[in-house]
Amino acid sequence: MSIRRIPTVSCTIASYSEAQLSNSRPAPLPMWVRIVVAALLIMPIVALVAVPTYSNASPHLWGFPFFYWYSLLWMFIETAMVSTAYVLVTRARRNGGSR
Amino acid sequence: MMAPQAAGPAVNGVSLGVLIFFFVVVTAGGFIAARWKRPESMNSLEEWGLGGRGFGTMTTWFLLGGDLYTAYTFVAVPAAMYATGAVAGWFAVPYTILVYPLIFVFMPRMWSVAHAKGYVTPADFVKGRYGSRGLSLAVALTGILATMPYIALQLVGIQAVIDTIGLGGSGNWFVKDLPLIIAFAVLAAYTYSSGLRAPALIAFVKDTLVYIVIVTAIIYVGWKIGFGPTFHAAETKMNTKTKAGTLTGSFIPANANQYWAYATLAFGSAMALFMYPHAMTATLSSKSRNVIRRNAAILPTYSLMLALLALLGFAAIAKKTSIFGADGYANTQLAVPHFFAQVFPSWFAGVAFAAIAIGALVPAAIMSIAAANLFTRNIYRDFFRPNATPHEEARVSKIASLVVKFGALIFVLSMDKQNAINFQLLGGVWILQTFLAIVAGLYTRWFHRWALLIGWAVAMVWGTVTAYNQKVPNLKTKLVDGKPVVENHGQRHFGSSVANFPFTHVTLYIAISALFLNIVIAVLLTVVLRAIKAPAGTDETEPDDYYSDSVSPDVVRAEQASAEAAAVNPTPPRHAT
Repeated sequence: MSIRRIPTVSCTIASYSEAQLSNSRPAPLPMWVRIVVAALLIMPIVALVAVPTYSNASPHLWGFPFFYWYSLLWMFIETAMVSTAYVLVTRARRNGGSR
Repeated sequence: MMAPQAAGPAVNGVSLGVLIFFFVVVTAGGFIAARWKRPESMNSLEEWGLGGRGFGTMTTWFLLGGDLYTAYTFVAVPAAMYATGAVAGWFAVPYTILVYPLIFVFMPRMWSVAHAKGYVTPADFVKGRYGSRGLSLAVALTGILATMPYIALQLVGIQAVIDTIGLGGSGNWFVKDLPLIIAFAVLAAYTYSSGLRAPALIAFVKDTLVYIVIVTAIIYVGWKIGFGPTFHAAETKMNTKTKAGTLTGSFIPANANQYWAYATLAFGSAMALFMYPHAMTATLSSKSRNVIRRNAAILPTYSLMLALLALLGFAAIAKKTSIFGADGYANTQLAVPHFFAQVFPSWFAGVAFAAIAIGALVPAAIMSIAAANLFTRNIYRDFFRPNATPHEEARVSKIASLVVKFGALIFVLSMDKQNAINFQLLGGVWILQTFLAIVAGLYTRWFHRWALLIGWAVAMVWGTVTAYNQKVPNLKTKLVDGKPVVENHGQRHFGSSVANFPFTHVTLYIAISALFLNIVIAVLLTVVLRAIKAPAGTDETEPDDYYSDSVSPDVVRAEQASAEAAAVNPTPPRHAT
């Protein structure tokens, strides 16, 4: 695996200490991570754009017609999915040995 | 005649007092913000316009939230729900859900290249990537243009609150709009002095207020009205036939046209959102790439807030909230403020009004800063003063932010506000036409700069003309002796943001149709221009720039320069009394 390293920019300003990371290109993500992350990010989009799949009044939940609570449900599912994608990407990058 | 069914007496003193209290707190905060994280000097765009690029996850969360959830959320979306239901209003829920996967994918690349090359605006990136000042100018002008109606929408929100409290209304135009002008002048003053730090700090206050109000309102709806009856009332209203024989609105999208309209409004708005200069500013002001991804994961909690607020539009239907303003005319934007006045005690209604008003001020400040950055970097510096110093850039930006705000103020005072959500959707029609140049540019240099420019120009003209041609009858309902009387004021333009896709009967959000046109033209022309070997322009970015997670030498240099300036001319100690 060849990783091109570019010298870290030297910076003496205290307020940037946390942002002062390497300028090298991280190793490409493993294929399975790419596929899983892509799936996690595409699923909410497909689910919500496919309007006819959920434009029904029933079943109701706590007085909410299906159309309304289903959209809200996806908000929670998406939060979980994007968080998972975040963890996968950061872990893979950290284990990739690029830093 | 005073408004007979407006909330309570002419002026609600308690609500007004609470509103003024919060306003004073926020104003003080805005001025104090200049000292937050003590920059050596505010006289550079890095500091004034990006808060020093040092915002962490929490601040970015509040800032992006304060940015994305605005009077649009509080006033325009519930008003659309109140007036015509799901297709016009609830699409905002899938919209704010769809936006996060997009942010997750595109924005870290944008952040990296912006940091590596010291870009402050999307137009900076386009100029560096394609080596085209023309394309950069197009992106900058689009950003400024699209921001104006969005800021105007914030003003409509503030106006709705002021009207509900009982100020304004009848009387001459100056008395009527005086509170609005004062509110805006204060906003302008502290944005001027504190830059992006002001809205970032105020966003904390705003979100706290917003959460308290929403939770209380939703408990009220669930407890006192019940969700079942709320939806039932909305369904009944939407399925009632109007005099013209059509349904009032759509409770649940029910035919192919409504599916298409709903899906494209949601997806188009999501793609447009992070093209706005202010969304870009909030993203670029975070201190690392990871902060953006982390935020994409935690921001959807705001979507819940938006959805609950949208439902208040239905709750107002169930409670038969009066939407007649102080001038006696029906105004759907008053649905939520009047609902608050109707169901909450005066003091808490005051808190709710403060949440709406501050929730409009924060994004208005961020938007005007972003539009000002665009003007300074990509028009003033590129075309008039290439050698402008950072100090001069910051000064020009400050003045430009004032001009943009007062431009929006004139916009709102003179334009029809019947359907405020269309302000934002019209902005979307414009800003989405920069999507191709920016997002495709993050991945490939295949597109030719001239092809992108021509695609943009055609789509802008087509989109604007199509939106303008959406004529609807300009009906106004006035309350005369307690009875609503419909007045016909002819036709008005910009009546809708969806239109048939050319040569078909499929109804799509105009922004999406225009983007389609934009892409087709850009692809065809790129093939032609590449074939005849038209000069492609130089690309100053390198592949590694799209991954970098470090401070750019430009940023360091600017920082060192300001540190040196501060050393030569140390900040005077605070008033030693």
